Amino acid sequence: MLTDERRPAPAAVPPPAEKVRRRRRPWPTVALFLSPALFLFALLVLTPIVVAAYASFFDWNGFGAPGNFVGLENFRRLLTDEIFVGDLRRTLLLVALSLGIQIPISLALAMLLNQPLRGRRVYRMLFFAPYVLSEVVTAVLFTMIFSPNQGLANHITQLIGLGDLGATWLADTDTVMYSLFFVISWKYFGFHTILYLAGRQSIPPELHDAAAMDGAGPWQAFRHITLPLLGPTIRISVFLSVLGTIQLFDMVWVLTGGGPIRSSETLAVTMFQEGFKRFHVGYASAISMVIFLISVTFGLLYQRFVLRRDLEGAVTTMGDQR
Amino acid sequence: MPSTRFSRRSFLELAGAGAMGAVLGGCSDDDGESSGSGKTIRWWHIANTDPMLSEWAAMATRFEAAHPGVKFKITPLENEAFKTKLTTNIQAGDPPDIFHTWGGGVLFQQAEAGMVKDLTADVGGWKDTLIPTALDAYSTDGKTYASPVDTGMVGFWYNKELFAKAGVNSPPATWADYLEAVRRLKAAGTTPIALAGKEKWPGHYYWAYLAMRVGGLEALQQAAVDKNFSTPDFVAAGTRLAELVALQPFQTGFLAAGYSTADGQAATVGNGKAAMELMGQWAPVVQRDNSAGKKGLGDKLGFFAFPAVDGGKGQGTDVFGGGGGFAVGKDAPPEAVEFLKYIAQPENARIEAKTAGVLPTVKAAEDAVTDPNLKLVGKALSASTGFQLYLDQAYAPAVGQQVNDSVAELLAGKATPEKVAEAISTAAKRG
Repeated sequence: MLTDERRPAPAAVPPPAEKVRRRRRPWPTVALFLSPALFLFALLVLTPIVVAAYASFFDWNGFGAPGNFVGLENFRRLLTDEIFVGDLRRTLLLVALSLGIQIPISLALAMLLNQPLRGRRVYRMLFFAPYVLSEVVTAVLFTMIFSPNQGLANHITQLIGLGDLGATWLADTDTVMYSLFFVISWKYFGFHTILYLAGRQSIPPELHDAAAMDGAGPWQAFRHITLPLLGPTIRISVFLSVLGTIQLFDMVWVLTGGGPIRSSETLAVTMFQEGFKRFHVGYASAISMVIFLISVTFGLLYQRFVLRRDLEGAVTTMGDQR
Repeated sequence: MPSTRFSRRSFLELAGAGAMGAVLGGCSDDDGESSGSGKTIRWWHIANTDPMLSEWAAMATRFEAAHPGVKFKITPLENEAFKTKLTTNIQAGDPPDIFHTWGGGVLFQQAEAGMVKDLTADVGGWKDTLIPTALDAYSTDGKTYASPVDTGMVGFWYNKELFAKAGVNSPPATWADYLEAVRRLKAAGTTPIALAGKEKWPGHYYWAYLAMRVGGLEALQQAAVDKNFSTPDFVAAGTRLAELVALQPFQTGFLAAGYSTADGQAATVGNGKAAMELMGQWAPVVQRDNSAGKKGLGDKLGFFAFPAVDGGKGQGTDVFGGGGGFAVGKDAPPEAVEFLKYIAQPENARIEAKTAGVLPTVKAAEDAVTDPNLKLVGKALSASTGFQLYLDQAYAPAVGQQVNDSVAELLAGKATPEKVAEAISTAAKRG
């Protein structure tokens, strides 16, 4: 259907004179308008990537010019660094938890909020509110809530008679990752819910009406109409969630500082520790390269294989006028 | 706020997240002013709260009045933000003209990179007005790289009332006595020790002091030179610390506790919820500021030195601690050094001692110290037989951080004394 629309109708073929003008693009103008953005992009995005890639081949403390070339030694060392390998494991855990728990809950909430519910607007606003807070504010808030001695979390478990459930949430190496995941979910579920809600509302009501007419129950309607049509939204939401998890820094840094005893460090936290605390700038650059490569690889593969259908109609591909 | 190591509100380090990009990009955080020309002195200090915030500014204004053409550009920064911002500037080859320093390996690394001026001759000019150990933290190989301003030491700050209630009537003098005191406090239902496990640096004090008491000061210096911490002395120090950890003396959830937060180490002691903490000379101020009603313990607060270890090579009078000083950036105008001399004048040194409650390094200013607890610290310092700077400042940054990290594992009961020594040796060898 989409391709049909894009194929120019015979009547719309421009007259020859106009065709010629369209072929001769105004390159000087394009260059003029593009150059400021390109300059900034090169300066602030490309240069740091190239410099980090260069620095990652050196054993360098950041003072003066990098001198001690070590080749791939930094990367080889990463593989045997138990903190770094732990970072990868923890990132995978967070991704799995996000996709397995956070995304389904957001989806369910979006479906609920789409029902004719009293005070629906209020709920929508409430659920979205945490997303508006910065990660730092959220983390400071939850350090207080999870405080073992005067925190709200333990106070509540005691009030409802579950005193035994009270714990040192952030102070225990076994629970810290789950506490962290809880806080991340608290902050971001509203964002995903709003995405799904918007996606749900763009599904034409006729489809559900027709399904109801044909005798489909609510589950069947969800399974065979809502879910497939929400596909593009879900794929984007998963994409954002995974990339956000790979680059997670602020929340962890403020909430736990990577502790207790480095058990909640993420890739970015380890990079900061190495670069700014230990002055292993070359090594930290190697970590930053790994984060970059993981993100780029994931991004490209995901776009190539998962988002392909969603991107087909995108303006950036310029349809078949390429 | 004295120029010490507290209020590590780590969220300010986030500035560093952005700064990482700047470092890697090789872009300096330039203020757009070339130092040296126009006699503008860029001064970075960490007294970001009053009284010293205003006092330093007033001192700079007086200096400007006496030296026409000199203009100060002061940047007061919070502790951790300062470290990150300074690192970025120094790596970009653009150090401020005057900046705060704790001395030690961090300063010497900056000196080695040619980023700070050699002040041996200049500070030598007023060296005799300073207390004897004042320059130790800022000197290496006979060269001095900073001018000291204040000093202090780490010791136990304890709640006299809670100690008495538990039947501990005199401060413990040996490690065995100390462990016994901890047992009694626990038996009396009191949390013996408050510790900020999240921040790690308060934990390293225990291990460092024990290593000093067991192996002596030379062992700490020799280990850094040999890059070997796996000696019997360091393992024994770890074993002594493990004895303490086995008693579970710390507050619930100490591994996630901050230092100067609402329920952190200082507040726990300041609110009377724990009997003691091992902390530097700034402890009373931070306890007061973070406790309920900003009262602190008042008269109930006492101070005792870290106990001696039976059979150890170190003296019970060797002290561990540090203070603050100012280093001068490589491109600074000569007036910057002149200004350091100016603030080392007794009448100026007295201002800080009096208003900020710190121990001055200028002998003549000692009469301005009025706080009884601080006087105790001063007395212990002047009777000291040796001095060791905080290990996370004394050693190269990577080694210092490893000490903090490994000792944190020991305190959490997740590493053996041998493993701690081994990990620090490995970090030292790597550099």
